[in-house]
Amino acid sequence: MKLSGWGRFPQAECAVVRPRDVAGVESALARNAGGLIARGNGRAYGDSALNPAQTLDMRGLDRVLAFDEQTGQVVAEAGVLLADLIELFLPRGWFPSVTPGTKFVSLGGAIASDVHGKNHHKHGSFGAFVDWIDVLGSDGVIRRASRDEEAELFGWTVGGMGLTGVILRAALRLTRVQTGWIKQTMRPAPDLATAMALFEQAQDATYSVGWIDCLASGAATGRSLVMLGEHATLSDLTEKQHADRWVEKSRGKKSVPLDFPSFALNSLSVKAFNTLYYANGRRQAGASLIDYDSYFYPLDAILEWNRIYGRTGFAQFQCVIPLKASHAGLTAMLGEIARSGQGSFLAVLKRMGAQDSPFSFPMEGYTLALDFPMRQQTPGLFAELEAIAIDHGGRFYLAKDSLLTPERLRLSDPRVKAFTQMREASGAAARFRSLQSERLAL
Amino acid sequence: MTQSVLIIGARSDIGIAAARAFAAKGYAVQLAARNAPALADDRKDLIARYGAQVSLHEVDALDLSSHEAFVAGLPVLPGVVVCTVGFMGEQKQNETSLAEMARVMRSNFEGPASLFTVLANKMVARGSGTLVGISSVAGERGRAANYVYGSAKAGFTAFLSGLRNRLAKDKTGVHVVTVLPGFVRTAMTQGLDLPAKLTAEPAEVGNAIFKAVEKGKDVIYVRPVWQGIMLAIRKIPEFQFKKMSI
Ligand SMILES: Cc1cc2nc3c(=O)[nH]c(=O)nc-3n(C[C@H](O)[C@H](O)[C@H](O)COP(=O)(O)OP(=O)(O)OC[C@H]3O[C@@H](n4cnc5c(N)ncnc54)[C@H](O)[C@@H]3O)c2cc1C
Ligand SMILES: NC(=O)c1ccc[n+]([C@@H]2O[C@H](COP(=O)([O-])OP(=O)(O)OC[C@H]3O[C@@H](n4cnc5c(N)ncnc54)[C@H](OP(=O)(O)O)[C@@H]3O)[C@@H](O)[C@H]2O)c1
Repeated sequence: MKLSGWGRFPQAECAVVRPRDVAGVESALARNAGGLIARGNGRAYGDSALNPAQTLDMRGLDRVLAFDEQTGQVVAEAGVLLADLIELFLPRGWFPSVTPGTKFVSLGGAIASDVHGKNHHKHGSFGAFVDWIDVLGSDGVIRRASRDEEAELFGWTVGGMGLTGVILRAALRLTRVQTGWIKQTMRPAPDLATAMALFEQAQDATYSVGWIDCLASGAATGRSLVMLGEHATLSDLTEKQHADRWVEKSRGKKSVPLDFPSFALNSLSVKAFNTLYYANGRRQAGASLIDYDSYFYPLDAILEWNRIYGRTGFAQFQCVIPLKASHAGLTAMLGEIARSGQGSFLAVLKRMGAQDSPFSFPMEGYTLALDFPMRQQTPGLFAELEAIAIDHGGRFYLAKDSLLTPERLRLSDPRVKAFTQMREASGAAARFRSLQSERLAL
Repeated sequence: MTQSVLIIGARSDIGIAAARAFAAKGYAVQLAARNAPALADDRKDLIARYGAQVSLHEVDALDLSSHEAFVAGLPVLPGVVVCTVGFMGEQKQNETSLAEMARVMRSNFEGPASLFTVLANKMVARGSGTLVGISSVAGERGRAANYVYGSAKAGFTAFLSGLRNRLAKDKTGVHVVTVLPGFVRTAMTQGLDLPAKLTAEPAEVGNAIFKAVEKGKDVIYVRPVWQGIMLAIRKIPEFQFKKMSI
């Protein structure tokens, strides 16, 4: 069947199997010769979870196997969605310790991309809360890997983009919360330096994220809204919110910050949108109390929003630039984007904390993520942005990538060599392959 | 008293989805399937998710002589029964192998009808209960692509409607629901390019089943769009229909 990632570019005809249990995954691997890739919920943007010869749809393995009310540790199969875990465990007082900007990701996908959230600066990435994983390797053996046993396999698999084996189950630690509400503080920043200063001052905030207007130029370059958040306690809630402590009733009536436009995506319309959004944000500056869905997952309210970019799809560019070079690197990239006149609705800026993993994306610095409709000139713009990122010591997020080349990947990330050596030595290279791993010679 | 639901054919995506929908509302769940021990993780799942009470039971829909004993062996006669047993086979094989053809017919029609007969009679004796049969829109008109499966489902649909009529007419307190899921993303349809707007997720079907039971519905199409589609397909005159490939 025809498959793609969330960006709907590229698309490929893929033979899909959907096992219902571990035995089904084992037999799919045993029957497969040419290599396969596991697929979670298809929220990676590009070709990470595509293999024309065999794509393993893991959504059929979605059992929750155990939950410890004392520690918040949940043991579940890889196909369970974060959305399911929230629905089940938030009313019992637990929330994912790390969550990406959509709750429609699978546990396996979140581990394989080692996803980060708005609390990366404080709590690290998703993998930091994974106690162990069960991985089916190229030899057909299932290994339980953690920081203590099979530690190397654990390290390579967290952030390994499905290229070390199939994650079957995992134990994940959730975080205790008193409510499903978030105390948000919105701070407008007229330029990049101010936005970065806001992030630096907000190191103690649990959550921080910036929305950045990429089309603002000159003195307004980097104009942003920085949003900080804390889990609300019971005493923070109004009476009405109190009656809906776990946000079970308010759901479905989500407040999207601004209605997303359906008009054509030319740079003028994006500019108008961005200006409005910024002005709107400035008006709302200050503190407010919003439900977790509106805070973490504003885009999830608009199901299939990826279709607004039309048939040709879109691509996302996400890099992280080390702290010292962040200001210079970001300024250069924003300049390039403004010059190109190619708008991006969703430009997100985030301060990341230190992380030292074998192959995960995050490192200490600033990460910038932007969407671009797939047009003729898009690959050229990406090449420019990649060159700037590389010059400033940055690297790229494979879960978002669809256009990188093997050369530029290697220029950006010296860890690639060890990763490919591990793949060869373990036999994973022959069995676990995606269109992305082929494109990037991983 | 705790309400209970029996899922027959519980090793299917739709069966598990139905089990979850009922467990979420506090029902005790009886999971029945061939090779029931393989349901151990599904049992854990229902416990971890909903704190449900779950029991596992062995059943083979094709082994009619075992059906009385199977029902007698349940911890309690359930309030609700959902039968998701079904088998599509390969149409090409069904056209040439009589054994395969018979297996498809028996798995979709004879087996479920036999189980429902035993259960219906027990429920009538008790004076309450709901039987939910998963049939298929494939049974609404025979098509070259899957008429063996379709004819078996047609038989099952007619059986359900007749049983419903019998039980309602006599005011037995027992109700029958016919579920026509349309396309569902499950093991049965894996790898097929199904149109997204017409294809339901198993969870959607599970929730629709629960709602239909709660509201005492007779026949449901999980996605309403299917009702119109099947109406149009039934309306095509046979002399035209026989030349079409749909
Ligand atoms: C709106 C939106 C917002 C996002 N925001 C963020 C964000 O804030 N932070 C962030 O980090 N990411 C973000 N992402 C990216 C997303 O979190 C990741 O791409 C995530 O991996 C998607 O999970 P999935 O289950 O959909 O996996 P897929 O997209 O299906 O697969 C992603 C990768 O995981 C591998 N994989 C999946 N399941 C398994 C398994 N069982 N075993 C082995 N490998 C497996 C695949 O092979 C593939 O390489 C966002 C994406 C969207 C669409
Ligand atoms: N998927 C669709 O698009 C779709 C559409 C319309 C209707 N349906 C119907 O929905 C129901 C569930 O199907 P599904 O899609 O979830 O596919 P499925 O996984 O193939 O489910 C069929 C189930 O029936 C069980 N079964 C078959 N023969 C049996 C027997 N003799 N005794 C006991 N159990 C038996 C199978 O058990 P084993 O695991 O032991 O084989 C399997 O669990 C079926 O009745 C199907 O016809 C499906």
